[in-house]
Amino acid sequence: MRRIRVAAAGAVTLSLVLTATACGGSGGGAGSDGDPRTLTYWASNQGASIEADKKVLRPELDKFEKETGIKVKLEVVPWSDLLNRILTATTSGQGPDVLNIGNTWSASLQSTGALLPWNAENFEAIGGKDRFVESALGSTGVRRQDPAAVPLYSMAYALYYNKKMFADAGIAQPPTTWDEVIAAGKKLSKDGRWGIGVEGSNLSNNIHQVFALGKQNGTDFFTADGKADFTSDAAVTAVKQYVDLMAVHKIVAPGNAEYAQNQSLSDFSKDRTGMVLWQSASATFASQGMNDDEWGVVPAPVLSGGPGAGAQTNSMVAGINMAVFKNTKNLDGARKFVKFMTSDEEQVVLNKAYGSIPPVMAAQQDPAFDGPALKVLRDTLATSATALPQVPEESQFETVVGTAVKELFAEAAAGRPVTTASVRAKLEAAQQQMPKK
Amino acid sequence: MTDTAVTPERAPAVRKAAPGGARTPRRSGRRRIALPYVLLLPALLLELLVHLVPMLMGITMSFRELTQFSIGDWSAAPWAGFDNFSVAVDFNAPAGRALLKSFLTTCVFTAASVGLCWLLGTAAAVFLQENFRGRAVLRTLFLVPYALPVYAAVITWAFMFQRDNGVINHVLHDQLGIGDTPAFWLIGDNSFWALLVVSVWKGWPFAFLTVMAALQNIPREMYEAAALDGAGVWKQIRHITLPSLRPVNQVLVLVLFLWTFNDFNTPFVLFGKAAPEAADLISLHIYQSSFRTWNFGTGSAMSVLLLLFLLAVTGVYLLLTTRGRKTSRA
Repeated sequence: MRRIRVAAAGAVTLSLVLTATACGGSGGGAGSDGDPRTLTYWASNQGASIEADKKVLRPELDKFEKETGIKVKLEVVPWSDLLNRILTATTSGQGPDVLNIGNTWSASLQSTGALLPWNAENFEAIGGKDRFVESALGSTGVRRQDPAAVPLYSMAYALYYNKKMFADAGIAQPPTTWDEVIAAGKKLSKDGRWGIGVEGSNLSNNIHQVFALGKQNGTDFFTADGKADFTSDAAVTAVKQYVDLMAVHKIVAPGNAEYAQNQSLSDFSKDRTGMVLWQSASATFASQGMNDDEWGVVPAPVLSGGPGAGAQTNSMVAGINMAVFKNTKNLDGARKFVKFMTSDEEQVVLNKAYGSIPPVMAAQQDPAFDGPALKVLRDTLATSATALPQVPEESQFETVVGTAVKELFAEAAAGRPVTTASVRAKLEAAQQQMPKK
Repeated sequence: MTDTAVTPERAPAVRKAAPGGARTPRRSGRRRIALPYVLLLPALLLELLVHLVPMLMGITMSFRELTQFSIGDWSAAPWAGFDNFSVAVDFNAPAGRALLKSFLTTCVFTAASVGLCWLLGTAAAVFLQENFRGRAVLRTLFLVPYALPVYAAVITWAFMFQRDNGVINHVLHDQLGIGDTPAFWLIGDNSFWALLVVSVWKGWPFAFLTVMAALQNIPREMYEAAALDGAGVWKQIRHITLPSLRPVNQVLVLVLFLWTFNDFNTPFVLFGKAAPEAADLISLHIYQSSFRTWNFGTGSAMSVLLLLFLLAVTGVYLLLTTRGRKTSRA
């Protein structure tokens, strides 16, 4: 009797706990089935929505099918899922044939060994490496190794300003240095209006901003041999300068600390925020009912002087790369597809649709990319943008330092002081979370 | 569950008849004892397939040094012995300290959430026992949070909790004038309360449903007899309702505990990738620890520790409650 009770209790315990803990299995990827006439493609979400992206891509994929007879199964993966999906595919071996990756993840994903290395032979198959812009190639993997991916769309940060708000505040010239940004921001910040918007809870965006400030202060956040170096004076200064926009200068609305879904862009188009630092925001402004003549764009600020290389860096090299899963059973088809997507003609069509800059030199010459907004982005990419550190731990850097900045913004928003010591403590905690080598 | 407890009890009745007879009754008795296990078999096999295999894989991973360099072929990852576990329980190092803090937060959170869910659910079920107009409508309405897809519901809550445009601050600050400035709910210390509100909102209908079903089994005559003896509503609840609900409550509290302690979806959808420290529940913490640094071995070790803890709690709880039931019956 008693033994049966105990056994029954044990069985029930086990099954209950199992049900409770063993959750979280994820669905397998589509996988290539070895049929040379089909390919699976995971696209990143570039446009206003998944549906909008399908509308842009479908006609092009049909064109590819007409040219080569290869049918492409398309899935547009939201940003929030993309990295996890890629990791799952890497672990299970059940991935797509071709996929888009955020270019900053290139080195991290390269280290898993799941992506096809773009050696001379593979580059030859898509028309050669020298067709691509140098800065875009700088964000495709660890230096002196074969790239893990090929550039597809390029973007850079620029300073967008609201012309009406600038006129109301009596600011004649858009700012070019951080001091001028702060001065303009103070003039703009009154009566429920604010100087500049931030996305305080968006980890990647935080990283992009503090990386540019880090370069201006003379740090890469990594040592030359690829070790995490988050606690140097320059790194602490850079992070503090960014958070101080809210904490000290009070030119950022405290509510921005919880922004992560581009709310700062809608504040901008509703005349509540005077400036934003963004990569190709024009399409979003248009979709929010702003005319092109209501906003202006200038290169992102530097500490002093003008944008350039090294300490005059004013943007990271933003963009999307295209990669091929190494275990694809249709390598030939995959290379044909990458060649098609990076062809001059497709580059113009796709980058025009997404408001980005083609990383292919010939396509960049198209008049479509000569407008004032895109010209600023193109010049930034060509002269003053630097790729994020190409080290295997880049992805972890984005999460831990991005979180540290998020927490510092939360402190500032709650009215608590953000000091050099508190910034350093957060960055130390972040560094301790990095894998030991 | 009640079935498994009831069936063995019938066995003695058969056995009592046995001494007069020969071998047949004994064999049938053995068959009776085997019956529940045979009936459990299909479920057990499915359980093995769906839950045990991935779990064993997780346990294997916890003994390996599984990082981004080896996830492509994780069977080739180097063995790490108990290294992953010692990282997780070294409370002097940052990783262990953070895990301990998250564990304690989760304990407080779970106690508060389960308590409130049970209280609200039981209270509502007891009140809705009375017959009145609109009872059916209220019963249906109370079940809405349980019927909504978690993701959609929690996203709506996230919008409501926004500082500048959310309805919560609109009511609390703009209309009732509480606080000098609008409060943050999704970052900082208040996030604990935001998470608790959503968790209780999501969890109490289940308690309500379960208790309501259990109440149907309490004979009305007991209340009538108590009323004749002069017992008021509170006395009736204390001496009839609650004792009759005891077996159901034992299971209900256990299930609510496990669900709440393990809840991943609510904090993940509410706070995104990086939960504020005040609301850093353990399942999300484990997810972050493994995906933040791509250190899946340590993450798995933390999961195994969590599993052991929950196994221990559940086992002790079930043993205590079944023993309690036995003595109360004797």
